[in-house]
Amino acid sequence: MIERTPILNAVTYLIMILGLILILGPFWMIFTASTQSLQQVSSVPFNMMPGGDFLKNVDAAWDRANLGPALFNSLITSLLVMVGKIVVAALSAFAIVYFKSPLRHVFFWMVFLTLMLPLEVRVIPTYNIAADVFEPVRWIINAVTGIELSLQWNLLNSYSGLVLPLIATATGTFLYRQFYMTLPDELAEAAKMDGARPLRFFIDILLPLSRTNMLALATIMFVYAWNQYLWPKLMTTDASYQTAMVAMRSLVPSINALPEWNVSMAGALIIMLPPLIVVAVLQRWFVRGLVSTDK
Amino acid sequence: MAEIGIKNVRKSYGQTQILHGVDLNFKSGEFVVILGPSGCGKSTLLRMIAGLEEISAGEISIDNKVVNDLEPRDRGCSMVFQNYALYPHMNVAANIGYALKVAGVPRAERDRRILETAKIVGLEELLNRKPAQLSGGQRQRVAMGRAIIREPKVFLFDEPLSNLDAKLRVQMRVEIRRLHKRLSATSVFVTHDQVEAMTLADKLIVMNKGHVEQVGTPLEIYHRPRTRFVGSFIGSPAMNFFETTIAPGGDRVLLDGIAQAIDPLLGSKNAGVKVAVGIRPEHCRLVPAGTVNSVPANVDFVEELGSGRIVHVEIDGLGFAVSVEEDQFFEQGAMAGLQLPAEHIHLFSQETGLRLDDAPVALRQSAPKTVAA
Repeated sequence: MIERTPILNAVTYLIMILGLILILGPFWMIFTASTQSLQQVSSVPFNMMPGGDFLKNVDAAWDRANLGPALFNSLITSLLVMVGKIVVAALSAFAIVYFKSPLRHVFFWMVFLTLMLPLEVRVIPTYNIAADVFEPVRWIINAVTGIELSLQWNLLNSYSGLVLPLIATATGTFLYRQFYMTLPDELAEAAKMDGARPLRFFIDILLPLSRTNMLALATIMFVYAWNQYLWPKLMTTDASYQTAMVAMRSLVPSINALPEWNVSMAGALIIMLPPLIVVAVLQRWFVRGLVSTDK
Repeated sequence: MAEIGIKNVRKSYGQTQILHGVDLNFKSGEFVVILGPSGCGKSTLLRMIAGLEEISAGEISIDNKVVNDLEPRDRGCSMVFQNYALYPHMNVAANIGYALKVAGVPRAERDRRILETAKIVGLEELLNRKPAQLSGGQRQRVAMGRAIIREPKVFLFDEPLSNLDAKLRVQMRVEIRRLHKRLSATSVFVTHDQVEAMTLADKLIVMNKGHVEQVGTPLEIYHRPRTRFVGSFIGSPAMNFFETTIAPGGDRVLLDGIAQAIDPLLGSKNAGVKVAVGIRPEHCRLVPAGTVNSVPANVDFVEELGSGRIVHVEIDGLGFAVSVEEDQFFEQGAMAGLQLPAEHIHLFSQETGLRLDDAPVALRQSAPKTVAA
């Protein structure tokens, strides 16, 4: 549609610029605060111009929060969660779309319902399970046979504990299901005629076709996993498993300490960087994977 | 090459019956065309042969071996789909060779056969292209290449030409026929296009509402439609019909009060029967108004074909289409006389829709020669 409405155009641009300032303003504040000294950052009103203490603050934040190992932990868990979520989503959607089991709608809606039960809601039972993975198994076996087993598996303070409870994903399954449904049925039938069994079809046809979808999911899921705070905080008492988000907590000034917001902001800036890079690199596919049915 | 036997095959989805007991036999190397309107069950039947649909009841055998419980890959069929169903992310060579890759054929052997197949379907220049970079006709060729590389016993075609434009369709039709001549595998071709059906078939099967209406050579079906449905479905423009009763003498029917002669032998056996009289547009004759033995008809409109024209006339609210020669012209709104030659009249029972005779006049006079396959 082509319209000539200069005034309306000016207004829309104005709204857009205001929105941009609203979104980018806080980031600018984080950046300037992280470059200022303690006196500058504490001055009222807040000075919006950058100072000269950036490297000093970054150094202080890195040391105080022990960010080296924390970032490493975050990277490992986020990557594992990301890969795990994609694998689980691709496979479960595959089962739901391509196998005409009478219960598949039940399963799909069960998966879908978990969208309403984020980790924060079920955090206590999830913690119970993580602390004692075989508890339900033992309970069932005991209820059925009366035998008491002494199976034990504890996920606390481990990478598996940080990763496994986060892997199930309704969003990913849903996204993958929608993608599979855009593919013509004949594709699966042609593969069947060519002699491919289901898993072969999945690997040879579906996975390569879902590349953009996969990268979009990777972007979302990496950022999601990176930003987890509650779960890692609960799961890890051992400092060597601390993630960056949890480490960030130690940079927030407590009541009686110096209000060193410049150091906190420098830390925040460092922690923000990896997801920013991931999004920057993958954003092209991110948009394509979400918007189009590009095959 | 393989025979296909279909014995009392039924298909139903819950309460809805799609196929009501189909019995057919295809000879080895035969080109069989299944023709019918959409929803008649023809594609379902084909997919049951392929193994893509379950068989609710009955038995399908390929090469005298019952295949009801065999997976598609074990039936020795290959299939060309209506939308081609090429793998979008693979190039032409990979598309054609996928079946061999799955079967674990070594790379060198595979490449050799891909090239060989590509030559047959005329794609050797395009092996590195992706399907999105191909034209409709080329995609069709890839789909055919993918089907023939496995050297199947049976080829199945599910309306493969309906996505092509008219010119390409005619061209691919010829190519399919040529390919069949060369490979001589049993082929089953499903279509709703009667021209495709007539031109391709050794054996033509007309289906309607889950029943087989007629099986025969294209000429048999054209000259001796067994039911009113077949008569109306085969031929373009469609057969003209009017409903009437055979006069007591059995030698004529009345059209707008004017007697039309019919085969007396047949008519005398069926005097007084309510019939639908059918006659093909190409067998009607238009003569100047007032000619003896003609029914006065009002020219409704004329469809120009260049090589001739289709004149639509009206007799007391009843429409007739008449194909006329290149040198016959009729003005819209003018009067003309319609003649219905007795030897080309088909009679169908109004009650059952079945053809009244079993030895039609046209055939008795000049039996059509069988088509050389």
